[in-house]
Amino acid sequence: MTEAVEVSDAIAVERTLAGDRDAYRVLVERHSRMVYGMAYRMTGDAHEAEEVVQEAFVRGYQKLRQFAGQANFGTWVYRIAANYAIDRIRQRKVQESRMTTASRPDEEALELDPVSNLRDRAPSPERLAESGQLAERMRAALETLSPAERTAIVMRHWDGCGIEEIAAVLRSNSNATKNTVFRAVQKLRRALEPFLEGKAHVIGTEG
Amino acid sequence: MRHRTEEELIAYRYGETKEREAIAAHLRECAQCRAEMEQIEKVYTAMSAAAVPEPGEEFERRVWQKVALRLEDSKPKWWAGLLEPRRLALVGAVAALVLLAFYLGRKTGTVGPVLEQAEAGKVRERVLVVAVGEHLGRSEMVLMELENAQTRENQKTVNIAATQRRAEDLVEENRLYRETALETGDQVMAKTLDELERALLDIANSPEEVTPAQFEVIRKRIEAQGLLFKVRVVKHGLEERKASPNAKPAENQAGATERKKA
Repeated sequence: MTEAVEVSDAIAVERTLAGDRDAYRVLVERHSRMVYGMAYRMTGDAHEAEEVVQEAFVRGYQKLRQFAGQANFGTWVYRIAANYAIDRIRQRKVQESRMTTASRPDEEALELDPVSNLRDRAPSPERLAESGQLAERMRAALETLSPAERTAIVMRHWDGCGIEEIAAVLRSNSNATKNTVFRAVQKLRRALEPFLEGKAHVIGTEG
Repeated sequence: MRHRTEEELIAYRYGETKEREAIAAHLRECAQCRAEMEQIEKVYTAMSAAAVPEPGEEFERRVWQKVALRLEDSKPKWWAGLLEPRRLALVGAVAALVLLAFYLGRKTGTVGPVLEQAEAGKVRERVLVVAVGEHLGRSEMVLMELENAQTRENQKTVNIAATQRRAEDLVEENRLYRETALETGDQVMAKTLDELERALLDIANSPEEVTPAQFEVIRKRIEAQGLLFKVRVVKHGLEERKASPNAKPAENQAGATERKKA
Protein backbone atom coordinates (compact mmCIF):
# COMPACT_ATOMS: atom_id res chain seq x y z
CA MET A 1 0.00 0.00 0.00
CA THR A 2 1.46 3.35 -1.01
CA GLU A 3 1.57 6.33 1.27
CA ALA A 4 -0.75 8.23 -1.08
CA VAL A 5 -3.42 5.54 -0.71
CA GLU A 6 -3.03 5.60 3.08
CA VAL A 7 -3.48 9.37 3.15
CA SER A 8 -6.44 9.17 0.81
CA ASP A 9 -7.95 6.43 3.03
CA ALA A 10 -7.44 8.55 6.13
CA ILE A 11 -9.27 11.44 4.46
CA ALA A 12 -12.12 9.15 3.41
CA VAL A 13 -12.41 7.89 7.00
CA GLU A 14 -12.54 11.46 8.33
CA ARG A 15 -15.21 12.44 5.81
CA THR A 16 -17.27 9.35 6.59
CA LEU A 17 -17.09 10.16 10.28
CA ALA A 18 -18.20 13.70 9.50
CA GLY A 19 -21.38 12.26 8.00
CA ASP A 20 -20.45 11.91 4.32
CA ARG A 21 -21.62 8.38 3.64
CA ASP A 22 -20.42 8.35 0.04
CA ALA A 23 -16.85 8.80 1.24
CA TYR A 24 -17.16 5.29 2.57
CA ARG A 25 -17.77 4.08 -0.96
CA VAL A 26 -14.17 4.91 -1.84
CA LEU A 27 -12.97 2.66 0.96
CA VAL A 28 -15.32 -0.18 0.04
CA GLU A 29 -14.41 -0.08 -3.64
CA ARG A 30 -10.71 0.19 -2.96
CA HIS A 31 -10.36 -2.68 -0.50
CA SER A 32 -13.17 -5.14 -1.21
CA ARG A 33 -11.26 -7.27 -3.73
CA MET A 34 -8.35 -7.80 -1.37
CA VAL A 35 -10.74 -8.85 1.39
CA TYR A 36 -12.59 -11.11 -1.06
CA GLY A 37 -9.42 -13.15 -1.80
CA MET A 38 -9.04 -14.00 1.87
CA ALA A 39 -12.77 -14.62 2.34
CA TYR A 40 -12.88 -17.01 -0.61
CA ARG A 41 -9.94 -19.04 0.65
CA MET A 42 -11.47 -19.14 4.11
CA THR A 43 -14.96 -20.19 3.04
CA GLY A 44 -14.27 -21.98 -0.27
CA ASP A 45 -17.41 -20.48 -1.72
CA ALA A 46 -17.84 -17.39 -3.90
CA HIS A 47 -21.27 -16.46 -2.57
CA GLU A 48 -20.27 -16.87 1.07
CA ALA A 49 -17.07 -14.93 0.43
CA GLU A 50 -19.07 -12.00 -0.91
CA GLU A 51 -21.26 -12.07 2.19
CA VAL A 52 -18.15 -11.97 4.37
CA VAL A 53 -16.91 -8.90 2.44
CA GLN A 54 -20.23 -7.08 2.86
CA GLU A 55 -20.45 -7.88 6.55
CA ALA A 56 -16.86 -6.75 7.13
CA PHE A 57 -17.54 -3.34 5.58
CA VAL A 58 -20.81 -2.88 7.45
CA ARG A 59 -19.04 -3.73 10.72
CA GLY A 60 -16.17 -1.48 9.74
CA TYR A 61 -18.60 1.40 9.26
CA GLN A 62 -20.21 0.79 12.64
CA LYS A 63 -16.83 0.66 14.39
CA LEU A 64 -15.18 3.40 12.37
CA ARG A 65 -14.61 5.60 15.41
CA GLN A 66 -12.46 2.87 16.92
CA PHE A 67 -10.28 2.95 13.79
CA ALA A 68 -9.19 6.56 14.10
CA GLY A 69 -5.38 6.77 14.15
CA GLN A 70 -4.73 3.06 13.64
CA ALA A 71 -2.43 1.47 11.05
CA ASN A 72 -4.19 1.58 7.71
CA PHE A 73 -7.78 1.03 6.77
CA GLY A 74 -7.06 -1.97 4.51
CA THR A 75 -5.31 -3.91 7.29
CA TRP A 76 -8.02 -2.95 9.74
CA VAL A 77 -10.99 -4.05 7.65
CA TYR A 78 -9.07 -7.19 6.63
CA ARG A 79 -8.81 -8.13 10.28
CA ILE A 80 -12.53 -7.52 10.86
CA ALA A 81 -13.27 -9.78 7.89
CA ALA A 82 -10.88 -12.48 9.13
CA ASN A 83 -12.57 -12.44 12.55
CA TYR A 84 -15.97 -12.76 10.96
CA ALA A 85 -14.86 -15.47 8.52
CA ILE A 86 -13.36 -17.65 11.24
CA ASP A 87 -16.57 -17.36 13.29
CA ARG A 88 -18.52 -18.36 10.27
CA ILE A 89 -16.48 -21.43 9.38
CA ARG A 90 -16.43 -22.48 13.03
CA GLN A 91 -20.19 -22.30 13.07
CA ARG A 92 -20.33 -24.31 9.87
CA LYS A 93 -18.07 -27.03 11.30
CA VAL A 94 -20.28 -27.28 14.36
CA GLN A 95 -23.40 -27.60 12.22
CA GLU A 96 -21.75 -30.14 9.94
CA SER A 97 -20.55 -32.24 12.83
CA ARG A 98 -24.08 -32.26 14.24
CA MET A 99 -25.48 -33.41 10.92
CA THR A 100 -22.83 -36.11 10.67
CA THR A 101 -23.65 -37.26 14.19
CA ALA A 102 -27.26 -37.70 13.21
CA SER A 103 -26.57 -39.68 10.07
CA ARG A 104 -23.51 -41.80 10.77
CA PRO A 105 -22.84 -44.38 13.46
CA ASP A 106 -19.04 -44.00 13.53
CA GLU A 107 -18.79 -40.31 12.91
CA GLU A 108 -15.99 -39.60 15.35
CA ALA A 109 -13.43 -41.77 13.58
CA LEU A 110 -14.43 -40.44 10.18
CA GLU A 111 -14.36 -36.82 11.22
CA LEU A 112 -10.90 -37.17 12.64
CA ASP A 113 -9.62 -38.64 9.43
CA PRO A 114 -8.65 -35.86 7.03
CA VAL A 115 -8.49 -38.25 4.12
CA SER A 116 -12.08 -39.42 4.46
CA ASN A 117 -13.08 -35.81 5.02
CA LEU A 118 -11.39 -34.92 1.75
CA ARG A 119 -12.98 -37.85 -0.04
CA ASP A 120 -16.44 -36.76 1.09
CA ARG A 121 -15.91 -33.35 -0.35
CA ALA A 122 -14.06 -34.39 -3.45
CA PRO A 123 -15.61 -32.57 -6.40
CA SER A 124 -17.05 -34.44 -9.37
CA PRO A 125 -14.67 -35.10 -12.28
CA GLU A 126 -16.79 -32.80 -14.45
CA ARG A 127 -16.30 -29.95 -12.04
CA LEU A 128 -12.58 -30.57 -11.90
CA ALA A 129 -12.39 -30.39 -15.67
CA GLU A 130 -14.48 -27.25 -15.82
CA SER A 131 -12.76 -25.02 -13.35
CA GLY A 132 -9.14 -26.11 -13.25
CA GLN A 133 -7.96 -29.08 -11.22
CA LEU A 134 -5.53 -27.32 -8.97
CA ALA A 135 -7.92 -24.69 -7.67
CA GLU A 136 -10.47 -27.39 -6.88
CA ARG A 137 -7.92 -29.63 -5.20
CA MET A 138 -6.77 -26.73 -3.09
CA ARG A 139 -10.32 -25.86 -2.12
CA ALA A 140 -10.95 -29.47 -1.08
CA ALA A 141 -7.61 -29.66 0.75
CA LEU A 142 -8.41 -26.46 2.69
CA GLU A 143 -11.66 -28.09 3.82
CA THR A 144 -9.64 -30.70 5.72
CA LEU A 145 -8.19 -28.02 8.01
CA SER A 146 -9.71 -26.85 11.27
CA PRO A 147 -11.02 -23.24 11.25
CA ALA A 148 -7.94 -22.03 13.13
CA GLU A 149 -5.54 -23.84 10.81
CA ARG A 150 -7.32 -22.54 7.76
CA THR A 151 -7.25 -18.97 9.02
CA ALA A 152 -3.59 -19.27 9.94
CA ILE A 153 -2.40 -20.59 6.58
CA VAL A 154 -4.57 -18.22 4.52
CA MET A 155 -3.28 -15.21 6.42
CA ARG A 156 0.30 -16.45 6.49
CA HIS A 157 0.80 -17.79 3.02
CA TRP A 158 -1.50 -15.92 0.71
CA ASP A 159 -1.74 -12.62 2.52
CA GLY A 160 1.73 -12.56 4.04
CA CYS A 161 0.53 -11.60 7.53
CA GLY A 162 2.96 -11.75 10.45
CA ILE A 163 2.57 -14.32 13.22
CA GLU A 164 1.49 -11.64 15.73
CA GLU A 165 -1.25 -10.44 13.43
CA ILE A 166 -2.55 -13.99 12.98
CA ALA A 167 -2.28 -14.66 16.70
CA ALA A 168 -4.50 -11.61 17.31
CA VAL A 169 -7.24 -13.04 15.10
CA LEU A 170 -6.91 -16.50 16.63
CA ARG A 171 -6.64 -14.82 20.05
CA SER A 172 -3.72 -17.11 20.72
CA ASN A 173 -0.02 -16.66 21.47
CA SER A 174 2.69 -16.62 18.85
CA ASN A 175 4.17 -20.05 19.62
CA ALA A 176 0.78 -21.73 19.44
CA THR A 177 0.09 -19.82 16.21
CA LYS A 178 3.35 -21.00 14.65
CA ASN A 179 2.30 -24.55 15.50
CA THR A 180 -1.09 -23.95 13.93
CA VAL A 181 0.59 -22.79 10.69
CA PHE A 182 2.81 -25.86 10.80
CA ARG A 183 -0.15 -28.22 11.26
CA ALA A 184 -1.94 -26.52 8.38
CA VAL A 185 0.99 -27.00 5.99
CA GLN A 186 1.33 -30.59 7.13
CA LYS A 187 -2.36 -31.34 6.53
CA LEU A 188 -2.35 -29.60 3.16
CA ARG A 189 0.66 -31.65 2.19
CA ARG A 190 -1.09 -34.90 3.14
CA ALA A 191 -4.21 -33.89 1.27
CA LEU A 192 -2.41 -32.68 -1.86
CA GLU A 193 0.28 -35.35 -2.03
CA PRO A 194 -1.69 -37.86 -4.14
CA PHE A 195 -2.28 -35.05 -6.62
CA LEU A 196 1.32 -33.81 -6.61
CA GLU A 197 2.78 -37.34 -6.49
CA GLY A 198 3.21 -37.77 -10.24
CA LYS A 199 5.82 -35.06 -10.39
CA ALA A 200 7.40 -35.87 -7.03
CA HIS A 201 10.57 -37.71 -6.06
CA VAL A 202 10.12 -40.66 -3.75
CA ILE A 203 12.04 -40.16 -0.54
CA GLY A 204 13.65 -42.86 1.57
CA THR A 205 12.73 -43.43 5.17
CA GLU A 206 15.94 -44.45 6.87
CA GLY A 207 17.99 -42.17 9.06
CA MET B 1 23.90 -37.10 11.02
CA ARG B 2 20.40 -36.33 12.20
CA HIS B 3 17.72 -35.84 9.57
CA ARG B 4 15.63 -32.72 9.93
CA THR B 5 11.97 -33.06 10.84
CA GLU B 6 9.14 -31.77 8.68
CA GLU B 7 8.43 -29.16 11.34
CA GLU B 8 12.01 -27.89 11.26
CA LEU B 9 11.98 -27.69 7.48
CA ILE B 10 8.72 -25.76 7.42
CA ALA B 11 10.04 -23.34 10.05
CA TYR B 12 13.17 -22.96 7.89
CA ARG B 13 11.01 -22.25 4.85
CA TYR B 14 9.34 -19.43 6.78
CA GLY B 15 12.65 -18.11 8.09
CA GLU B 16 11.46 -18.79 11.62
CA THR B 17 14.26 -20.92 12.95
CA LYS B 18 17.30 -20.12 15.03
CA GLU B 19 19.19 -22.90 13.26
CA ARG B 20 19.00 -21.38 9.83
CA GLU B 21 22.63 -21.89 8.94
CA ALA B 22 22.85 -25.38 10.42
CA ILE B 23 19.78 -26.46 8.47
CA ALA B 24 21.06 -24.86 5.27
CA ALA B 25 24.39 -26.70 5.69
CA HIS B 26 22.57 -29.96 6.37
CA LEU B 27 20.42 -29.52 3.29
CA ARG B 28 23.53 -29.08 1.16
CA GLU B 29 24.91 -32.39 2.39
CA CYS B 30 21.85 -34.58 2.85
CA ALA B 31 20.04 -35.69 -0.31
CA GLN B 32 17.19 -37.21 1.67
CA CYS B 33 16.32 -34.01 3.53
CA ARG B 34 16.74 -32.05 0.31
CA ALA B 35 14.17 -34.33 -1.32
CA GLU B 36 11.86 -33.82 1.66
CA MET B 37 12.31 -30.06 1.34
CA GLU B 38 11.45 -30.28 -2.37
CA GLN B 39 8.25 -32.11 -1.48
CA ILE B 40 7.31 -29.38 0.97
CA GLU B 41 8.21 -26.76 -1.61
CA LYS B 42 5.76 -28.38 -4.04
CA VAL B 43 2.97 -27.73 -1.59
CA TYR B 44 3.93 -24.06 -1.48
CA THR B 45 4.16 -23.89 -5.26
CA ALA B 46 0.69 -25.45 -5.52
CA MET B 47 -0.64 -22.96 -2.96
CA SER B 48 0.73 -20.00 -4.85
CA ALA B 49 -0.58 -21.31 -8.16
CA ALA B 50 -4.14 -21.98 -6.95
CA ALA B 51 -6.06 -18.91 -8.00
CA VAL B 52 -9.18 -17.38 -6.48
CA PRO B 53 -11.99 -17.29 -9.05
CA GLU B 54 -12.46 -13.83 -10.50
CA PRO B 55 -15.52 -12.20 -8.86
CA GLY B 56 -16.36 -10.15 -11.96
CA GLU B 57 -15.88 -6.56 -13.06
CA GLU B 58 -19.00 -5.39 -11.28
CA PHE B 59 -17.84 -6.83 -7.97
CA GLU B 60 -16.86 -3.61 -6.20
CA ARG B 61 -20.02 -1.83 -7.29
CA ARG B 62 -22.18 -4.77 -6.23
CA VAL B 63 -20.56 -4.86 -2.79
CA TRP B 64 -21.04 -1.14 -2.31
CA GLN B 65 -24.72 -1.34 -3.29
CA LYS B 66 -25.37 -4.09 -0.75
CA VAL B 67 -23.31 -2.36 1.95
CA ALA B 68 -24.94 1.04 1.30
CA LEU B 69 -28.39 -0.47 1.86
CA ARG B 70 -27.30 -1.67 5.24
CA LEU B 71 -25.72 1.59 6.34
CA GLU B 72 -29.09 3.34 6.53
CA ASP B 73 -29.61 2.34 10.11
CA SER B 74 -26.29 1.07 11.26
CA LYS B 75 -25.53 2.90 14.46
CA PRO B 76 -24.33 0.20 16.82
CA LYS B 77 -27.14 -1.31 18.81
CA TRP B 78 -26.72 -3.92 21.45
CA TRP B 79 -29.09 -6.26 19.66
CA ALA B 80 -27.80 -5.64 16.13
CA GLY B 81 -25.81 -8.85 15.89
CA LEU B 82 -28.74 -10.95 17.03
CA LEU B 83 -30.51 -10.78 13.69
CA GLU B 84 -28.01 -12.93 11.84
CA PRO B 85 -29.54 -16.28 10.91
CA ARG B 86 -27.06 -18.33 12.86
CA ARG B 87 -27.94 -16.51 16.03
CA LEU B 88 -31.67 -16.86 15.63
CA ALA B 89 -31.79 -20.06 17.68
CA LEU B 90 -30.26 -18.15 20.57
CA VAL B 91 -32.71 -15.29 20.01
CA GLY B 92 -35.55 -17.83 20.06
CA ALA B 93 -34.56 -18.94 23.52
CA VAL B 94 -34.25 -15.34 24.69
CA ALA B 95 -37.65 -14.46 23.18
CA ALA B 96 -39.23 -17.31 25.13
CA LEU B 97 -37.75 -15.80 28.29
CA VAL B 98 -39.14 -12.36 27.39
CA LEU B 99 -42.61 -13.85 27.05
CA LEU B 100 -42.21 -15.61 30.37
CA ALA B 101 -41.00 -12.44 32.08
CA PHE B 102 -43.89 -10.47 30.55
CA TYR B 103 -46.38 -13.09 31.68
CA LEU B 104 -44.97 -13.07 35.21
CA GLY B 105 -45.08 -9.26 35.22
CA ARG B 106 -48.74 -9.26 34.23
CA LYS B 107 -49.56 -11.87 36.80
CA THR B 108 -48.03 -9.90 39.63
CA GLY B 109 -49.52 -6.68 38.28
CA THR B 110 -46.28 -4.71 38.15
CA VAL B 111 -46.64 -3.56 34.53
CA GLY B 112 -48.69 -0.38 34.53
CA PRO B 113 -48.95 2.04 31.60
CA VAL B 114 -46.64 4.66 33.17
CA LEU B 115 -43.99 2.22 34.19
CA GLU B 116 -44.03 0.24 30.98
CA GLN B 117 -40.85 1.66 29.54
CA ALA B 118 -38.85 1.28 32.70
CA GLU B 119 -40.25 -2.22 33.05
CA ALA B 120 -39.23 -3.07 29.50
CA GLY B 121 -35.64 -2.11 30.35
CA LYS B 122 -35.73 -4.25 33.45
CA VAL B 123 -37.21 -7.16 31.55
CA ARG B 124 -34.44 -6.89 28.97
CA GLU B 125 -31.83 -6.86 31.65
CA ARG B 126 -33.43 -9.82 33.40
CA VAL B 127 -33.50 -11.75 30.15
CA LEU B 128 -29.83 -11.05 29.61
CA VAL B 129 -29.06 -12.03 33.17
CA VAL B 130 -30.73 -15.39 32.63
CA ALA B 131 -29.13 -15.98 29.21
CA VAL B 132 -25.62 -15.03 30.35
CA GLY B 133 -26.06 -17.13 33.49
CA GLU B 134 -26.86 -20.18 31.37
CA HIS B 135 -23.94 -19.45 29.08
CA LEU B 136 -21.58 -19.28 32.06
CA GLY B 137 -23.01 -22.56 33.35
CA ARG B 138 -22.19 -24.29 30.07
CA SER B 139 -18.71 -22.73 29.97
CA GLU B 140 -18.08 -23.88 33.54
CA MET B 141 -18.81 -27.45 32.42
CA VAL B 142 -16.22 -27.21 29.64
CA LEU B 143 -13.56 -25.86 32.01
CA MET B 144 -14.40 -28.53 34.58
CA GLU B 145 -14.14 -31.26 31.97
CA LEU B 146 -10.57 -30.17 31.32
CA GLU B 147 -9.71 -29.72 34.95
CA ASN B 148 -11.04 -33.13 35.96
CA ALA B 149 -9.82 -35.13 32.98
CA GLN B 150 -7.60 -38.01 34.08
CA THR B 151 -4.70 -39.12 31.94
CA ARG B 152 -3.58 -42.72 32.32
CA GLU B 153 0.05 -43.63 32.81
CA ASN B 154 1.78 -44.43 29.49
CA GLN B 155 -1.09 -42.83 27.58
CA LYS B 156 0.34 -41.52 24.30
CA THR B 157 -2.33 -39.03 23.27
CA VAL B 158 -5.40 -37.38 24.76
CA ASN B 159 -8.34 -36.73 22.46
CA ILE B 160 -10.11 -33.50 23.37
CA ALA B 161 -12.28 -33.30 20.23
CA ALA B 162 -15.60 -33.49 22.10
CA THR B 163 -14.66 -30.76 24.60
CA GLN B 164 -13.33 -28.68 21.70
CA ARG B 165 -16.61 -28.85 19.86
CA ARG B 166 -18.46 -27.62 22.94
CA ALA B 167 -15.92 -24.81 23.33
CA GLU B 168 -16.37 -23.80 19.65
CA ASP B 169 -20.10 -23.74 20.22
CA LEU B 170 -19.66 -21.30 23.09
CA VAL B 171 -17.19 -18.92 21.45
CA GLU B 172 -19.70 -17.14 19.24
CA GLU B 173 -22.32 -16.52 21.93
CA ASN B 174 -19.56 -15.50 24.32
CA ARG B 175 -18.42 -12.82 21.88
CA LEU B 176 -21.98 -11.54 21.63
CA TYR B 177 -22.40 -11.31 25.41
CA ARG B 178 -18.96 -9.72 25.80
CA GLU B 179 -19.84 -7.01 23.27
CA THR B 180 -23.17 -6.43 25.01
CA ALA B 181 -21.45 -6.17 28.39
CA LEU B 182 -18.99 -3.63 26.94
CA GLU B 183 -21.78 -1.56 25.43
CA THR B 184 -23.78 -1.56 28.64
CA GLY B 185 -20.66 -0.61 30.62
CA ASP B 186 -20.52 -3.76 32.76
CA GLN B 187 -16.71 -3.82 32.96
CA VAL B 188 -16.30 -6.74 35.34
CA MET B 189 -18.55 -8.94 33.26
CA ALA B 190 -16.81 -7.86 30.05
CA LYS B 191 -13.40 -8.65 31.51
CA THR B 192 -14.41 -12.10 32.74
CA LEU B 193 -16.06 -12.89 29.40
CA ASP B 194 -12.93 -11.68 27.62
CA GLU B 195 -10.74 -14.06 29.63
CA LEU B 196 -13.26 -16.84 29.12
CA GLU B 197 -13.25 -16.25 25.38
CA ARG B 198 -9.47 -16.54 25.25
CA ALA B 199 -9.61 -19.83 27.14
CA LEU B 200 -12.41 -21.19 24.93
CA LEU B 201 -10.44 -20.22 21.83
CA ASP B 202 -7.33 -21.74 23.32
CA ILE B 203 -9.21 -25.03 23.66
CA ALA B 204 -10.87 -24.71 20.25
CA ASN B 205 -7.59 -23.92 18.48
CA SER B 206 -5.58 -26.76 20.00
CA PRO B 207 -5.02 -29.94 18.02
CA GLU B 208 -7.68 -32.61 18.59
CA GLU B 209 -5.07 -35.13 19.69
CA VAL B 210 -2.55 -33.83 22.20
CA THR B 211 0.16 -35.53 24.20
CA PRO B 212 -0.44 -35.70 27.97
CA ALA B 213 2.32 -33.09 28.35
CA GLN B 214 0.64 -30.67 25.91
CA PHE B 215 -2.66 -31.33 27.64
CA GLU B 216 -1.10 -30.40 30.98
CA VAL B 217 0.16 -27.13 29.43
CA ILE B 218 -3.35 -26.19 28.27
CA ARG B 219 -4.79 -27.11 31.64
CA LYS B 220 -2.14 -25.18 33.59
CA ARG B 221 -2.65 -22.10 31.42
CA ILE B 222 -6.34 -22.08 32.21
CA GLU B 223 -5.82 -22.88 35.87
CA ALA B 224 -3.24 -20.10 36.23
CA GLN B 225 -5.86 -17.49 35.39
CA GLY B 226 -8.21 -18.74 38.12
CA LEU B 227 -10.83 -18.66 35.41
CA LEU B 228 -13.11 -21.34 36.75
CA PHE B 229 -13.32 -19.46 40.03
CA LYS B 230 -14.06 -16.12 38.32
CA VAL B 231 -16.75 -17.67 36.15
CA ARG B 232 -18.39 -19.17 39.25
CA VAL B 233 -18.27 -15.85 41.11
CA VAL B 234 -19.83 -13.91 38.22
CA LYS B 235 -22.42 -16.64 37.71
CA HIS B 236 -23.27 -16.51 41.41
CA GLY B 237 -23.62 -12.72 41.17
CA LEU B 238 -26.03 -13.15 38.27
CA GLU B 239 -28.06 -15.68 40.18
CA GLU B 240 -28.44 -13.15 42.98
CA ARG B 241 -29.50 -10.49 40.48
CA LYS B 242 -32.02 -12.94 39.06
CA ALA B 243 -33.44 -13.67 42.51
CA SER B 244 -33.57 -9.99 43.50
CA PRO B 245 -33.73 -7.78 40.40
CA ASN B 246 -33.29 -4.58 42.44
CA ALA B 247 -29.85 -5.56 43.72
CA LYS B 248 -27.03 -3.34 42.49
CA PRO B 249 -25.30 -4.95 39.50
CA ALA B 250 -22.39 -2.52 39.35
CA GLU B 251 -20.03 -4.09 41.86
CA ASN B 252 -19.58 -7.79 42.00
CA GLN B 253 -17.35 -10.09 43.89
CA ALA B 254 -15.02 -10.97 41.03
CA GLY B 255 -13.86 -7.37 40.90
CA ALA B 256 -13.47 -7.23 44.65
CA THR B 257 -11.49 -10.47 44.66
CA GLU B 258 -9.23 -9.20 41.87
CA ARG B 259 -8.46 -6.06 43.83
CA LYS B 260 -7.75 -8.06 46.99
CA LYS B 261 -5.32 -10.22 45.03
CA ALA B 262 -3.62 -7.13 43.69
